[in-house]
Amino acid sequence: MSNSYFVNIIRFTLLVLVQVLVFNRLNFFGFINPMVYILFLYWYPIKENRAAFIGLSFLLGLFIDLFSDTMAIHAASTVTIAYIRPAIMRFVFGVNIEFQSFRLSSSTKAQQFTFLALLIVVHHTVFFTLELFSFSNILLILKKVLAIGMASLVLCLLFSSLFSVRKE
Amino acid sequence: MQQIINFVIRNKDFLLYLFLLMVSLGFTIQSHSYHQSRFFNSSNWITGGIYGTFNSISSYFGLSEENQKLVEENQRLRRLLFNARVGDTVQIDSAQMVYTIATGQVIKNSYADPRNYITINRGSRDSIQPDMGVITQKGILGIVENTSSRYATVQSILNEKSTINAKLKNTNHFGSLVWDTEKYNVVQLIDIPRLVPLTVGDTIVTGGMSSIFPENIPIGTIQKFDLDTSKSFYRIDVSLFNDMTNIKNVYIVNNTDREQILELEAETVNEQ
Repeated sequence: MSNSYFVNIIRFTLLVLVQVLVFNRLNFFGFINPMVYILFLYWYPIKENRAAFIGLSFLLGLFIDLFSDTMAIHAASTVTIAYIRPAIMRFVFGVNIEFQSFRLSSSTKAQQFTFLALLIVVHHTVFFTLELFSFSNILLILKKVLAIGMASLVLCLLFSSLFSVRKE
Repeated sequence: MQQIINFVIRNKDFLLYLFLLMVSLGFTIQSHSYHQSRFFNSSNWITGGIYGTFNSISSYFGLSEENQKLVEENQRLRRLLFNARVGDTVQIDSAQMVYTIATGQVIKNSYADPRNYITINRGSRDSIQPDMGVITQKGILGIVENTSSRYATVQSILNEKSTINAKLKNTNHFGSLVWDTEKYNVVQLIDIPRLVPLTVGDTIVTGGMSSIFPENIPIGTIQKFDLDTSKSFYRIDVSLFNDMTNIKNVYIVNNTDREQILELEAETVNEQ
């Protein structure tokens, strides 16, 4: 149990640092800064206390916000996906998640991909809607969600296969 | 009462989510209409410290290029100095100067968001205060928005909240410099009247109306101009002299007369 806490704290710190020191400076094509910190919500244990998970996600978003001077937009979008994560999981994995023995690593590659993609799409939609804050820019919002969403997805998939969790 | 408590316990996750969402939306909406919050910005000691440490490592990679830029600037300034016709006495009494200059280094830069902020490694300890101007060798960069003891955040000209007084070089036609959030090397100059003769390539500099920047600091050149929807003012695309993606050494300009000017302006408005 304490091992899981430890792993999560390390993950939290490393993801924040990697996000703000590397990926926020990427500016690929001038505007693409992938958001890899979503992996924290992807990797977080399934059977944990839900309130703690929501609070932790809020903190994660707020830390990213502090570094990138974006007020609390990251926090708002991260707390949203943290809240609807169980619904997404039920949609992707079906009744499997009710079983005690269910592990993320025991699901198929397609399921993991869909789960991650849905998290990213919801997160980016909320994020860029709040960032631009107007519906007259709906095309710009869609363009950003698509382009940056693709970049985030590719990088998150790379990271998740590099650091795959086998033991949990 | 029992039922209310039961309701809260049953829906505690949803209520927590709602509460946190409201908190973050509150911060966000406040910043849309107002200044950046005093506490939630990257000039505080944790974020400033981490960016500062990272910068002290990564700054070594661009040293020769930065040196070259500074030498070029020194050369330009020396040329100005040697050719200045001021007689044989040069005023160097700092008490008589209107503008004081401090130097600093960028430790965090961003240009891809609609509201970009830059963090620099000088703060209130180095007598940097909000509303001082920040410039580079080539042109203007932004205005100091928040300071902590060792760091300060700068509202970049690439920020949709930024408006800066600017004019055509060698004329007194002035307008406001804004940004439409699209390209990081193009800003917009609005409110220049239609009767002003314009040519592509004309230089845009800061105007004298601002109590923040000195007059005639270069900004960029005209790339394209159109009439706006009212058909009586121009909307000019200005391509910047500064490469906003590659900034290291900056100068912070303080107008020592600013308080006097603001006070006088406030009094005049009150009398009306």
